[in-house]
Amino acid sequence: MQTLLFLILFPILVACLLLFVKRTTLRYAVVALSALAIGGASIYLLMRYALEGAVYFAAPSETVSLAMVAIEMGLALFIIYMGAKFRNYPAIALAVIQAALVVYLEATFSGSLHAVNNLFIDQFSIIMALIIGIIGSLIAVYAVRYMETYHHHHPEVRNRQKMFFFVIFVFLAAMFGLVFSNNLMWVFFFWEITTITSFLLIGYSETEEATNNAFRALVMNLLGGVAFVVALIILAATEATSGGIDLARVLASSDAAIILLPAALIGFAGITKAALMPFSSWLLGAMVAPTPVSALLHSSTMVKAGVYILVRFSPVFAGTLAGFSIGLVGAVTFVVASAIAISQNNAKLVLAYSTIANLGLIAACAGVGTYMLVWAAILLIIFHAVAKALLFLGTGAIEHRIGSRDIEDMEGLIVRMPRMAVMMFIGIAGMFLAPFGMLISKWAAIEAFVQVQAPFGLIFIALLAYGSAITVFFWAKWMGKLVAVTRNQERVEKGFFEESWGPLYIITGLVIAAVLLFPVISSILIEPYVLAIYGVTALMAQANVAIMLLMMALLLILPVSFLLFRRSAKRLPAYMGGRPATPDLHFAGSLGLTREAQTRNYYLAEYFGEAKLFLPGAVVCTVLILASWVLAGVAL
Amino acid sequence: MAFLKRSPWILHYDASSCNGCDIEVLACLTPLYDVERFGIINTGNPKHADILLITGGINAQNREVVENIYEQIPEPKVVVAVGACAATGGVFRECYNIVGGIDKVIPVDVYVPGCAARPEQIIDGVVTALSILEEKRAKMTGAARIKEDARHAEQAGEST
Amino acid sequence: MTWTWLIGAVLFLVLAPVVGGLIAGVDRKITARMQGRVGPPLLQPFYDVGKLFEKESVVVTTAQNFYVLAYLIFIALSGALFFAGGDLLLIIFAFTLAHVFLVLGAYAVHSPYSHIGAERELIQLMAYEPMIILAAVGLYMITNSFYVADIAVTTIPAILYLPGVFLGFATILTIKLRKSPFDISTSHHAHQEIVKGITTEFSGSTLAQVEIAHWYENVFLLGFVYLFFAWNPVIGIIAVVVTYLAEIFIDNVTARVRWQAALKSGWFAAVIGIVNLAILAYILGYMMTGGA
Repeated sequence: MQTLLFLILFPILVACLLLFVKRTTLRYAVVALSALAIGGASIYLLMRYALEGAVYFAAPSETVSLAMVAIEMGLALFIIYMGAKFRNYPAIALAVIQAALVVYLEATFSGSLHAVNNLFIDQFSIIMALIIGIIGSLIAVYAVRYMETYHHHHPEVRNRQKMFFFVIFVFLAAMFGLVFSNNLMWVFFFWEITTITSFLLIGYSETEEATNNAFRALVMNLLGGVAFVVALIILAATEATSGGIDLARVLASSDAAIILLPAALIGFAGITKAALMPFSSWLLGAMVAPTPVSALLHSSTMVKAGVYILVRFSPVFAGTLAGFSIGLVGAVTFVVASAIAISQNNAKLVLAYSTIANLGLIAACAGVGTYMLVWAAILLIIFHAVAKALLFLGTGAIEHRIGSRDIEDMEGLIVRMPRMAVMMFIGIAGMFLAPFGMLISKWAAIEAFVQVQAPFGLIFIALLAYGSAITVFFWAKWMGKLVAVTRNQERVEKGFFEESWGPLYIITGLVIAAVLLFPVISSILIEPYVLAIYGVTALMAQANVAIMLLMMALLLILPVSFLLFRRSAKRLPAYMGGRPATPDLHFAGSLGLTREAQTRNYYLAEYFGEAKLFLPGAVVCTVLILASWVLAGVAL
Repeated sequence: MAFLKRSPWILHYDASSCNGCDIEVLACLTPLYDVERFGIINTGNPKHADILLITGGINAQNREVVENIYEQIPEPKVVVAVGACAATGGVFRECYNIVGGIDKVIPVDVYVPGCAARPEQIIDGVVTALSILEEKRAKMTGAARIKEDARHAEQAGEST
Repeated sequence: MTWTWLIGAVLFLVLAPVVGGLIAGVDRKITARMQGRVGPPLLQPFYDVGKLFEKESVVVTTAQNFYVLAYLIFIALSGALFFAGGDLLLIIFAFTLAHVFLVLGAYAVHSPYSHIGAERELIQLMAYEPMIILAAVGLYMITNSFYVADIAVTTIPAILYLPGVFLGFATILTIKLRKSPFDISTSHHAHQEIVKGITTEFSGSTLAQVEIAHWYENVFLLGFVYLFFAWNPVIGIIAVVVTYLAEIFIDNVTARVRWQAALKSGWFAAVIGIVNLAILAYILGYMMTGGA
């Protein structure tokens, strides 16, 4: 239990310490050392508890719970203050409603607000802790140098780095708290902390756009928060059969009908936090924040909290119509968000849409909730976290060097920033190509959906088939831009702060390691978890695992073939319809002018544009969410 | 081996022909003459071509283009000039803009006479070109082998 | 028993180029006859590839050779997995990986024509991917296995249950065989509006590798067609032949369409597949409850 408490409290301690650190070098030292400590502690957690299954800890309750309520009220006041300051009334209204509901809950059901054990750890929590502890803290390390450069590039932004790093570490602490809490009141508390911290981080630059987007994120997440409290009230009111606010008891409850409605409401909270449609806009708006924030929100924290709670509750959703509805929200989001990603040329927006799409896929797995799908969902969480962190950090580094986050401007990155391009290449491959991670999970998901009872399984498979085809298109064309061998471009790799490469190298290593180690990860962590809940477990056929590893080995060996091609080949410029051309695509045009040919990717905005697809997707998903409540209500 | 002779891919370029010869070139592809019998393909891409087949004479505008296309064809390659204009500039020879026959710009291996050249003649020209192509290939591999041997000898010399 | 899979894979790796080349030769011969021509010798595709290996090595960038080699290797790998009786989904993913490498090779050369070819190839990829996954799922629903080894020995006439899926698959087969009306990214025929599209900058031995990969690919795809008829090997082989002849016929009587039409056709084919599977799911469910 000490490790758990350490992981929750230590980041808070570091956060407070960072409030007083002004010099970058000192801050770097503090952040790097604490990242080491946090990462180390999460690995220790893995070694200590991996083989033990679920372990519960009583942990002090009364005083802590009181303190939490007090902090929640304080946060509500803070939101009301901020809302008043920026005249955002929906935020005020939601904060008031939520606070009122919390007070009502505490006042009316104080007797049934006890969990036997407040903290717990099982394999799923360990996985989440590893993601938060390793990826999250690496992002924090990267952020130190990044923020220095950021302020160098953006002199107009007020330098509030002390606050920035305070919030980042509080964020990490809240995430740890969220995945270790067995008391749903505690989960809710940490849930609200992540809402506030993301609000603060998104609004960091204090521009009008940033403030608006921060409030949008806040309002949408508060909406989810309100649903969460309502779920808690229902659970508390039906404590005898539902198990109250004790997560373990709720999940073990025999009265499936009663817990379905609160589960659907908590699922809704998860949908808002995971930015599924129609709530995707907050995550897109969050792009105005400095890149490490995006990386943090997208890979290891925030949205992962949303899918974490969905996967936790997926045994409740399994086999119910409400669960199918929630799953369909995810599946529709997967297809629509992927399709919109085709039309985007802003690298961060492509990443954002891809995140939304993948969270949708995870939600689809969690909503349907068979044992194989839960297995696939957890794999997706892992692989997505590493690959997406790499891509965001890489995009940030590229943006600082070439001054643009437009994918078209990344043309020829392999010439200009070879190391960076290779890392981005690996990151993108990690998102959609065999034998990398996301594809393994997608494959598992297809195999699992096939076995889901007929019409539903088929609907999911159809959506998945289209979705993954679309995914290939938008990733591959980005990859193509990176590998285009352009000429006469200067190398711009140098000059980026040397230390910032460290986290990038480590995460790149993790993307590959995750593939090589995935059989181990699966057998030590995911399979026992699934087995403990469902009594059966999914695993991949040994032969297929061997083939995947073989493919990976081939991919690692293939670059050696470059040595074969070195000699003797004659170089000619590209064919330009017979016009004399130089290798950098300048050609002799008419009237004796030299012109430059440029290549641009297809964005097909006419077919896949945001304007065209967002509204239908949002409408369908809204209907499905409402349907999930109705269906859960009917089950009562 | 002599696969090259069995699979000559042609790039047809109209320099400044009156289109008379071009139509005859295309006639070779029709069922009546069917040059694909000889494995001949009319490709549109110099990087894939073995034979550059040009109709019409060189003018000031297309001179660079002909040079560029010729350069883009990988070795071994041959050039077939089809028709009187491609050989000498033909009836356009005295025009202010005409430079002359193809051989003013790039080396020509086979000249096919005629105005317009008949399909039979064109096919005959291409078939003649094939043996030149084969000669060039033999020379090329020979040259490569000599180069290779020299390199090996050098390495052997270094190692001793 | 344990080693039979290896035999399948090795046989494929050795024989597929021979068979694929012969199929290409027959294809060209029949195409010529359909057009009233004599056509090239049967072994012409081998002469072509042999010729390409004799040519000088010319590149725009050396990286292109790497991507094309990777393309060839992964196409061969996915085909070998198929004939080893492997998991269809894994095979499809390896297949996609291979094509992504080809596309990257075309991007790497940074040439306008290759670039457009690469974009169109990606659109084709997007067009056929849903249907090919659904075809695998359809075969699973019939045989309860994703393994080619199991599907190939089934006694159930899959085609009778999956006519829509087969129709959809035949549609995307046209895309995959690079035949008209869907030969938008590169074409076997002379003169395309984008020169040679994706293969424009590949020449000599590199182009030969693309060609060999295409042979491997064709044999693999025809193997996929066979799975629909696997319950009776004789009918299966006849069906494969008829399907290929039909593809040649379509190639000869249609003109190239725009990419929009290719994408819509591929996705509409998948819709046919889905409808077929939905009906099938209903029937299977009915049979199960009827039996119980």
